Amino acid sequence: MTSTKMLSESELEEIAKQVRRDIIRMVHGCQSGHPGGSLGCTDFMVALYFKIMKHDPAFHMDGTGEDLFFLSNGHISPVFYAVLARSGYFDVSELATFRQLNSRVQGHPTTHEGLPGVRMSSGSLGQGLSVAIGAALTKKRKGDQSLVFSLHGDGELQEGQIWEAALFAPAKKVDNLIVTIDVNGQQIDGSTEQVLSLGDLHAKWVAFGWDVLKMDGNKMSEVMATLELAKSRAHNGKPIVILMKTNMGHGVSFMTGSHKWHGAAPNDEQQKQALSELTSTLADY
Amino acid sequence: MKKYTYTESKDTRSGFGAGLLEAGRKNENVVALCADLIGSLKMEAFIKEFPDRFTQVGIAEANMMGIAAGMTIGGSIPFTGTFANFSTGRVYDQIRQSIAYSGKNVKICASHAGLTLGEDGATHQILEDIGLMKMLPGMTVINPCDYNQTKAATEAIAEFNGPVYLRFGRPVVPIFTAPDQHFEIGKAWMVNEGADVSIFATGHLVWEAILAGEQLAEMGIDAEIINIHTIKPLDEEAILKSVAKTRCVVSAEEHNRLGGLGDSIAQLLITKDPVPMRYVAVNDSFGESGKPAELMKKYGLDAAHIVEAARSVLQAKQKQLANSPQLASL
Repeated sequence: MTSTKMLSESELEEIAKQVRRDIIRMVHGCQSGHPGGSLGCTDFMVALYFKIMKHDPAFHMDGTGEDLFFLSNGHISPVFYAVLARSGYFDVSELATFRQLNSRVQGHPTTHEGLPGVRMSSGSLGQGLSVAIGAALTKKRKGDQSLVFSLHGDGELQEGQIWEAALFAPAKKVDNLIVTIDVNGQQIDGSTEQVLSLGDLHAKWVAFGWDVLKMDGNKMSEVMATLELAKSRAHNGKPIVILMKTNMGHGVSFMTGSHKWHGAAPNDEQQKQALSELTSTLADY
Repeated sequence: MKKYTYTESKDTRSGFGAGLLEAGRKNENVVALCADLIGSLKMEAFIKEFPDRFTQVGIAEANMMGIAAGMTIGGSIPFTGTFANFSTGRVYDQIRQSIAYSGKNVKICASHAGLTLGEDGATHQILEDIGLMKMLPGMTVINPCDYNQTKAATEAIAEFNGPVYLRFGRPVVPIFTAPDQHFEIGKAWMVNEGADVSIFATGHLVWEAILAGEQLAEMGIDAEIINIHTIKPLDEEAILKSVAKTRCVVSAEEHNRLGGLGDSIAQLLITKDPVPMRYVAVNDSFGESGKPAELMKKYGLDAAHIVEAARSVLQAKQKQLANSPQLASL
């Protein structure tokens, strides 16, 4: 079935809490992975898959007539996998195999292992915007009115290919594309400000010719409203970019706001504490 | 030695342009992308007939590879066009992740491959591209020999589902294959049956191998010449069958000695049927500016060098046979 679910804000928040529990347990289970960005992007990913996108968990690679999503910052695979599983693309029990031998849920997303819901491998940064543009162009050529969404990290904007793509999309009027940048201000070696300042991101995207929106990515009501607004502004001659402010590690007190949790796994004690802060559960895998 | 003649010379890239137009006519999902080299890739005819199926990406090859990968989702069959260097080395990681590892049906079409690009010099003369592409799991690598074969190959890859690297060149070369040929990916083409030495050539070097074969015939040497237009998947059966007969091998390619066709053949033979072998290839070096024929001569890629390699490998075979009476009886 291809449909947008009619869920309330509080129902989405419940799902987000469960997804955060999944993320913690997945990364703890294999003692590796990227919890920080995953937790920060959870509200956005839940809103997208449970409210905003028209999509089909039966999964067809071509996605004709469906909205498509591309995860460019592939290291936040835990949130991607958890949201796909919770949406019905594959059994949630498979999340327990994250980053382990013979698993389809690889450290970074792959199409190679045939995981339903993944249309493009990612992990090497900076490539997803070009891919999203390509998919959007095929939709336009075929008269398919559905939309293409993508998610990128702010650190990822340091890759040159992003700016090749950023220049291309407005010039060629790729207006069925809604891009979101996770502006959490953190990357592996420290803050984006310290590592390589991104400057005035709003001014940069405007200068490149994009329709630019902003939102608090950890406030479900605002995420829902902004994504709906973005949809209403599609097909208007310009690609859309949403600068989404998030907290790395959002939802777990000791992980919040620090690049330390970009790519580190919690120990047993830390997992216990994290799960105690994410009390409500729809049922763990 | 079978006689090959020609009345016309043409560039292989024009064969690509003609093949792309035909592929576009046969299948509406065939689309083309270019990074500011429409004229060099001979894409004008396709663009004129199918303006809505062409995307000018500008000088942004990484973006072009990503867009092409994304276009496959929804059923487009994208053909990317730029120089071989910018089609491979410059965008290796984009091809690796977004096309090969993602299993996307993109046709990476590369012109101006090898030394024969000529005067532009080493920055534009990539000699490592076959190696780079063949190392990618799932990538098909094709290097056709003349205008007609390039046209046929271009049409064939449009019908084939999977990532393909199609390599062709800039200079005019004799057209000696049939205009109505059937191109089968992965199936080598027997140019001349012979008994004394196997010459496995690819791309522009196939014609040089034919010239070498004629010279060898005058010396009383009966060369078998096989056109290995598909480097991956390699036609192992054809190679092993030829080697079983001739017991010595010359490989010929416009590529670095390391990582090209010769290495693929050597790797096959070392495990299945080791015999004396010589490479005709660029000896791990960059190129330089010059006329194509001058460069072919200086870097050891012309017919004369193939003849020399054949004589050398025949001597090695004779020596081996003399030292091994049991082999001589085979």
